[in-house]
Amino acid sequence: MIKVEGLSKNYGLVKAIDHISFEVEEHQNLILLGTSGCGKTTTLKMINRLVEPSSGRILINGIDITKEKPETLRRKIGYVLQNYGLFPHYTVAQNIGIVPQLLNWEKQKTKSRTLELLEKLHLPADILNAYPSELSGGQQQRIGLARALATNPPVLLMDEPFGALDNVTKANIHAEFLALDELKQKTIIMVTHDVQEAFELGDRICLMDKGEIVQDGSPSELLLKPVNDFVAGFLKEQQLLLEFKTTKILDLWSLLITSRQNNVEPIINAEIDLWTLIELIKKQKSEFVNIQNHKNGEVLGLGFEAIMQAFYQYIKSK
Amino acid sequence: MNEHQLNLWEFMIQQADKLAVQTLQHIGLTFIALILAVLIGLPLGIYITRKKQFSGAVLGIASVLQTIPSIALLGFLIPVLGIGPKPAIFALFLYALLPIIRNTFTGITGVDPSVIEAALATGMSKWQILFKVELPLAMPVIFAGIRTATVITVGVATLASYIAAGGLGEFIFGGISLNNTNMILAGAIPAALLAVIFDFLLSRLQKLNVAKINSITKVLPILLLLLASLYFAPSAYGSKLKAGFTPEFMGRQDGNLGLIEKYGLKINTVVINDAVMYKAEYENQLDVISGYSTDGRLAAFNLVILKDDKHIFPPYYAAPIIKEATLKKYPDLENTLNLLAGKINDSIMTRLNYLTDYLHQSPEQVAKDFLVANHLYKPSKGGHQSTIIIGSKIFGEQYILANMYALLIKGNTNYDVATKTGLGGTKICFEALNNNQIDFYPEYTGTGLLAILKPSVKTVVAVCVDKEVTYNYVNTEFKKKYDIKWLKPIGFNNAYALMMRKNQANSLHIKTISELSTYLNQK
Ligand SMILES: Nc1ncnc2c1ncn2[C@@H]1O[C@H](COP(=O)(O)OP(=O)(O)OP(=O)(O)O)[C@@H](O)[C@H]1O
Ligand SMILES: [Mg+2]
Repeated sequence: MIKVEGLSKNYGLVKAIDHISFEVEEHQNLILLGTSGCGKTTTLKMINRLVEPSSGRILINGIDITKEKPETLRRKIGYVLQNYGLFPHYTVAQNIGIVPQLLNWEKQKTKSRTLELLEKLHLPADILNAYPSELSGGQQQRIGLARALATNPPVLLMDEPFGALDNVTKANIHAEFLALDELKQKTIIMVTHDVQEAFELGDRICLMDKGEIVQDGSPSELLLKPVNDFVAGFLKEQQLLLEFKTTKILDLWSLLITSRQNNVEPIINAEIDLWTLIELIKKQKSEFVNIQNHKNGEVLGLGFEAIMQAFYQYIKSK
Repeated sequence: MNEHQLNLWEFMIQQADKLAVQTLQHIGLTFIALILAVLIGLPLGIYITRKKQFSGAVLGIASVLQTIPSIALLGFLIPVLGIGPKPAIFALFLYALLPIIRNTFTGITGVDPSVIEAALATGMSKWQILFKVELPLAMPVIFAGIRTATVITVGVATLASYIAAGGLGEFIFGGISLNNTNMILAGAIPAALLAVIFDFLLSRLQKLNVAKINSITKVLPILLLLLASLYFAPSAYGSKLKAGFTPEFMGRQDGNLGLIEKYGLKINTVVINDAVMYKAEYENQLDVISGYSTDGRLAAFNLVILKDDKHIFPPYYAAPIIKEATLKKYPDLENTLNLLAGKINDSIMTRLNYLTDYLHQSPEQVAKDFLVANHLYKPSKGGHQSTIIIGSKIFGEQYILANMYALLIKGNTNYDVATKTGLGGTKICFEALNNNQIDFYPEYTGTGLLAILKPSVKTVVAVCVDKEVTYNYVNTEFKKKYDIKWLKPIGFNNAYALMMRKNQANSLHIKTISELSTYLNQK
């Protein structure tokens, strides 16, 4: 859907972006990950022409983006800024309604769409006449997202959308983000320097360094088959956590030893990742769970101990 | 003197009409200039946020304009824009420009870049960003600029009265030249109040939040236009001719007050500074002006004096004044000084003043040429018997006279001469004479009467009916009080006078002030 070919951007002698290429498929969520100053924002801004590339080109649905007026292009692409960039002189309703207004939507249509978004993003409707300065950071972030989603654009660009939030709020919003149907229908490019976030939200990750893409792959590919020491080093600190998050019970199925069948409900799908499973176990009284492999219908009663053993064996074998 | 001394309040009530007109003019001038400054300054301020390379130059020029002293600025503008509201508004506009340009620039450049980026990203065009985002967000800062500009303009607008544009400056400067405290305060207090009130109102606007300011921004232009239109509201009675009088003349009994009282003169009058009055008359912007009857500009601009047929202007005949003791000490002196008596009439004096003031000939040369032409000139005898010290006040006519007397003394006596010219005003000259620092100087009968003797109003009225009476009165009184003698008058009368352009006066058949008044009262 979005195709980037040989894209470069020079600021004077500085090569901010050095000949990068990648592709994002429809409904995919691509993460641009990397250290500060590696060129993530620059890359993102070239896609909606806030920055014009020095060379290379970008295609959306096979059409070169320079064929269109920048304003027209931008109205079809949702953009969420790191510090939200809400208009301080507009109310929440006006902020969300800005792109519909630019596209001359009818007032009634804008209004119902705004209310729909507020509901989806779990915001109270009485917030509509508030000004951004009267909102919490989390609320502002959601309004920023709502503004980008207002006209339901097929493409969403997000520059560190959760960067300014505390960890608890961030975790909640991540969960909502993943649950939001509307976002599943979008092609998303999201910039972050938060490794966990990248692994949680991304279908694919481009790890960047000094204006180049070092590795482009799925989260587990990056984790388990790093192309070089830079990638391995970048993920090292959070290795264990990430491995928990990227490993599914299903991956361990052949290594699992049944402890004992137990009566606890419910029966969990083996697609669950280890991290989420551990969170679940933490919340229940017993440390035993029933897990079903939907491929063959098998149900195993598993204990925490047994799962951990299988996990370490699995990692060693990689 | 039985005149009741008015207090400030009584004065303001008595002059309520004028005060109202001046206040409305003042507000009007201020806001016309302000509207222009906003119309030009705002777009210019926006422009330099787009073309930053020009911002230094534009702001620099605007700052320089603001440092030009107001009087000088008005002076520069008169040749281009004449007198009246045009140059006044233009000058005020220039002063109001800087705060508006500067605050527009800082206001817009101060908008959070991430907000601008967000606006770009939503697909707004440049103009949409300007009107929907940048201007609304910069508005409080721009408002602050307009506020500063308003206060500056209200203050500087007092100077509009220098060039016949009206405003509260008429009272302020009239009061200063007449030494009338009530009049000064009657202008200064309302002017200060206007500044305070406008500042307060605008500060209230500025404190409103951004959203409310937007609705005000829509009302404000209308409000400004209304205030600006006040300038045109008070139309003084229209008359066929227009007069320009100095603030001093306006307030004097032997000036405008006398004209109204004795002649019943009803003429559309503007107040104007002496320095620009003649020029404005010459350029047909005024028809009648108040001036001095021997001013060189009379000749320069081809003006005529209207005869004061009801004698409201006291005679100002010039004659040397000298102590009796000095005359005894130098017996040849009196006859020598009287050589000039009756030799110079008004038009000759005007001509001589014209030569020095306008053709920039030296007073020495003009004096010598005149004496030669009138066969009064004799080469210097080079005498050293003793030295006579001649004084003079600090203007052209007196220099010429002092030089004539010097030449006459050197040519006709064995005395030598020293001059002490430029002795400031009447006070200084007269004191110098009294204390024997000078031996004589040319004085005017009217000045001797009003500035030195200062008799009661009744006496003044009685004495002023005729030049002879005035002369005799001052001569007798000076002898009595100071032992000073007035020698024979030189001939000319340098008094207040009403003047018109020669061709206009001829075509309207106006020769006297009475005829002027009659002409104006004809329907
Ligand atoms: N307008 C600009 N002018 C000059 N250099 C720039 C400009 N914008 C970005 N750069 C440079 O380009 C490089 C990449 O910047 P970019 O903002 O894309 O980094 P980033 O990966 O988004 O970093 P961060 O995580 O800190 O936001 C940096 O070295 C930066 O200094
Ligand atoms: Mg960035």
